[in-house]
Amino acid sequence: MKRIIKQEVLAFNGDEAVAYAAKQSDVDVVAAYPVTPQTIIVEKFSEYVANGEVDTEFVCVESEHSAMTACVTASATGARTFTATAAPGLALMHEMLYVASGCRTPVIMAVANRALSAPLNIHCDHSDSMGQRDSGWIQIYAENSQEAYDSVIQAFRTAEHPKILLPEMVCLDGFTLSHTLENVSVLPDNVVKDFVGARQLPQVMGHERRSVPFRLDPENPVSIGPIALPDYYFEFKRQQEEAMKNSLEVIREIHEEYAKTSGRSYGDGLTESYRLEDAETAIVCLGSTAGTVKSVVDGLRTNGVNAGLLRIRTFRPLPVKEIARTLESLKAVAVMDRSMSFGGHGGPVFQEIRHLLYEASEHPHVVNYIYGLGGRDTNPPQIQKIYEDRKRGIQTGKVENPVRYVDLRE
Amino acid sequence: MTNQEKSWKEIPPAGVCWKPSTEYLTGDWKTYKPVRDPAKCTRCTFCVIFCPDGAIHWDAQKEDIEFDYNFCKGCGICANECPTDAIEMTIE
Repeated sequence: MKRIIKQEVLAFNGDEAVAYAAKQSDVDVVAAYPVTPQTIIVEKFSEYVANGEVDTEFVCVESEHSAMTACVTASATGARTFTATAAPGLALMHEMLYVASGCRTPVIMAVANRALSAPLNIHCDHSDSMGQRDSGWIQIYAENSQEAYDSVIQAFRTAEHPKILLPEMVCLDGFTLSHTLENVSVLPDNVVKDFVGARQLPQVMGHERRSVPFRLDPENPVSIGPIALPDYYFEFKRQQEEAMKNSLEVIREIHEEYAKTSGRSYGDGLTESYRLEDAETAIVCLGSTAGTVKSVVDGLRTNGVNAGLLRIRTFRPLPVKEIARTLESLKAVAVMDRSMSFGGHGGPVFQEIRHLLYEASEHPHVVNYIYGLGGRDTNPPQIQKIYEDRKRGIQTGKVENPVRYVDLRE
Repeated sequence: MTNQEKSWKEIPPAGVCWKPSTEYLTGDWKTYKPVRDPAKCTRCTFCVIFCPDGAIHWDAQKEDIEFDYNFCKGCGICANECPTDAIEMTIE
């Protein structure tokens, strides 16, 4: 086993931690547009560029649509590419997110989760990234700033893996993580540089009927994603799904390799179980809320309540089998959604979790708790109430109202 | 679509073109086909100039105009521009 490397502890908020990770990851191109609560990331990174601390081309663009366009094209030349955004910016990128995944450009993007207008709100919820969950991007949700730092470094390796070639979002809760100071252990520069390595390009068959590196290069010309009609478009989309499914294993492997170097791991990189072994009731959630849930679980455990948590770290691709295996033997599951799917049957996480349990051998009661929209504070008493609510559900054996709202004034 | 089309496992990723675009015969999109009356045609080459797909050529050896139906999409611009009405669009 490799020795865990000695690390420096720095005081970072989530945004600074992300910028620092990008700085250490030998990024060739950053194209970005500022937007709260992400702004600190690109602000910090532009300082690194101005100070000559990085050898990165920083492209100041006129909008997020242009930022993503520049990132896609830079990445298509073989450059390591990074950007960051949040709600309105992510929404403006919508069209180009599909171009990034369709062109198989492994752009890494930090998303400081924020509510979408209207009414205008700059605070945290997951409406922005959940709205892009079908765009073909890998999505990682970090619980704290340390994980945001670690996840950005891992993301370059996963996304650029020649068998994956998918863009990846590292999501961190706006303000709760992005603007909150935390102790963050950072690896030495050379260790990160060695870990991410140089970008490896697979060979592809080009229109000159010879095998060429997968990048835009005048010496070895290829056309990437110009057009595919009804005869081939479908096949290209099927390839993206295959890459997504294959990335589950790659995410897990790279997470493990990183853990050996850093001494830090987050479950198996896909999901994290907390005190679930003998649990009756579990909360399923994403992001920073998991930290609050863990402390409530500890409290309940001292009072003899068998409560647990399943945190989904990798939401896309969704580790379906792993989640089903973990949850099927429980009595009750509470799925916390920090966004709404208006007119649908519950929030997006709930839809997935209840759906994947359909094929399981046993079916716990699954109830949806929509919470924290527009940055409404999510505190331990609210979490405790959810566990109590599920306990009542076990006792009555009925689920009368599967979609509920946490701390909403009725 | 024919059985000769490749499966998703056989094609390169990201919509990379594995053959030159000239092998993609866009001529099979057309409904109407331009047919020229050589007696009316003055060889002015307006049709060659106006064709948006480069599907009409001036053959220097034959000293005549030639249609490449593999790439003619049947838009009818040639027939519209022809000063002597020598081109007729006919159902293919």
